[in-house]
Amino acid sequence: MRFLELKKNLKKDFSGFKKVKIALLGDSATQHLTQAIRGYGYEAGFDLEIFEADYDQIDRQILYSFSELYQSRPEYVILFQSVQKLKKKFYNTDISQRNLFAQDEAKRFGGLLAELNKNIQGVKIILANFMELNDSVFGQYANKTNMSFLYQIRHLNCELMELALKTKNLSICDIASLTSAFGQAAAIDNRNHIYADMAFSLDFLPYIAKGTIDIVQAVSGASRKCLILDLDNTLWGGIIGDDGVENIQVGDLEQGKAFTELQYWARELERRGIMLAICSKNDGDIAKIPFEKHPDMVLTLDDIAIFVANWDSKVDNIKKIKSFLNISYDSIVFIDDNPYERGVVRHHLPEITVPDLPEDPADYLPFLCGLNLFETTAYTLDDRKRTAYFQQELKREITQSAYTDEREFLKSLGMTCEIDPFSTFNIPRATQLLQRSNQFNLRTIRYTEEDLQHFSTSDVHLSWTFSVHDQFGSYGLISVVIGRIDGEELFIDTWVMSCRVLKRGVENLALNEIVNGAQRRGARRVRGEYTSTPKNGLVKDHYRNLDFTDAGYGQWTLDVASYKPREHFISTTKIGDA
Amino acid sequence: MAEILETLNRIFQDVVDDKNIILKRETTAQDVDEWDSLNHITFIVAIEKHFKAKFTTAEIRSWKNVGDMCDSIARLA
Repeated sequence: MRFLELKKNLKKDFSGFKKVKIALLGDSATQHLTQAIRGYGYEAGFDLEIFEADYDQIDRQILYSFSELYQSRPEYVILFQSVQKLKKKFYNTDISQRNLFAQDEAKRFGGLLAELNKNIQGVKIILANFMELNDSVFGQYANKTNMSFLYQIRHLNCELMELALKTKNLSICDIASLTSAFGQAAAIDNRNHIYADMAFSLDFLPYIAKGTIDIVQAVSGASRKCLILDLDNTLWGGIIGDDGVENIQVGDLEQGKAFTELQYWARELERRGIMLAICSKNDGDIAKIPFEKHPDMVLTLDDIAIFVANWDSKVDNIKKIKSFLNISYDSIVFIDDNPYERGVVRHHLPEITVPDLPEDPADYLPFLCGLNLFETTAYTLDDRKRTAYFQQELKREITQSAYTDEREFLKSLGMTCEIDPFSTFNIPRATQLLQRSNQFNLRTIRYTEEDLQHFSTSDVHLSWTFSVHDQFGSYGLISVVIGRIDGEELFIDTWVMSCRVLKRGVENLALNEIVNGAQRRGARRVRGEYTSTPKNGLVKDHYRNLDFTDAGYGQWTLDVASYKPREHFISTTKIGDA
Repeated sequence: MAEILETLNRIFQDVVDDKNIILKRETTAQDVDEWDSLNHITFIVAIEKHFKAKFTTAEIRSWKNVGDMCDSIARLA
């Protein structure tokens, strides 16, 4: 998007968009940047209320606890320091201290973050790193001495990564890589830098805006989870049904290289936890031959969560894939070389992201990388196992079809469940589940890791995490419940569950645990609340189905004394009590 | 020259997203509400983009009204 298009968005209708409060602090003139960010928010469905601090007030706003920054009560704070100001500071640093410049700056940032965290509970911080500008004082020798500015910027950027590793609520807006992809010369408008103190050119601002919004989107739980790939001329060159396995192009020769590179990328995504699905108009058996027989294929059938190759419409097939993987359309990216198929899918399923793949396969991968489709806020070991879950799931479905009786099927699964309260081991994954779950989520409160840590030590909170296993494999940590004791009542503050274990009896097991906990803490009543969102219709009748009494206004209650434990076929192991 | 003025007018309307603004040769920034310092910068970058040109700071500073801008652009050709 161009800056002017973003600016035009400012006059559009934002009603119905998700409101988000942001504070932007910079040490250069940031007014245009503010326009770009709010304008880009429109593209992503956000109504961003941006408090823009006065010029060059980063320290004052953060260190003074009654500042306008804190009065604006932001959910996000964006810190945007320019490389030009950094350079000035570096030049004014005593020569003897310059080798420590990056470390000192990182420490300064660490202090600012601590101050922000102290003053705004649950704040999310987006910190811009620095363009790696060579000031040509040392030439390329800058790489060989820690006295050079370039050396210290790069070191600082690494230090900021370290800081981000340690600070859960800190995300980095990667100006360094954005400027290097865009071109440093074009990213700065010398005249506007000198006369208007603008750190970046108007042309470059949309890229910073996108980088920022990508983070806001991921933090607010909207991330993409699945990549659906076409086969012929998308994953390999040629048409398997016509050309045969020996003639399709994949591997190190000519065009094949482009497809191989795309496959490597897809495989890396799969390892990061993005599910891969195949959707191809092909004969099912023939479509699988390259995966089984071609020596140069990078992707194997094990990398694919679901493989759909037939002659039905792609729209129908994508619907099938979507319901099998139990994800929402807006978390799907569909890649197909055929503009017609893309058009049809885009028309019928507008929430899916359908990139307009360039004509030349050589451009496929660079183009897709440039879109930054898979921003995320967390990465856990569980992510890597996601494809395996669905392959096991397919086996379960096959088993299920052999049983006519639901209970017999559940018994045959041999499910076990480990139930633990929040601990340092499960808090990262539990947080991720709270961030990501949209459907089976009763109140959709996106707690952070810090919040969960707080609950784990709080006297009035109870917490449960459920990790389920069956004969086909492990589902991992798939449900989280947070209860709050309020006198004689236990209020179910949060109840989320992965749709992977729908209809497996985990809700029943969980409710038994909740009532147990209530009893243990002397509560007579359990209260649940359903807060409707566009995505959680699945659990609209959750409490009704569990025999709670409708108390109106989305409130549901359950009497502890008369509760009869609900039936399930899951054996449990417990590490500690909630 | 009228053509240049017309183009400038169109670019300005685009920048402030208002189709009703009419620039004349004698118009100055003071005459137009939306013509603040922010939009001034946006406007100049948009003009440069359109005419694929770059003005020097001295030139930009010498502009007293829209007419001066038109004359600068005419000299580019």
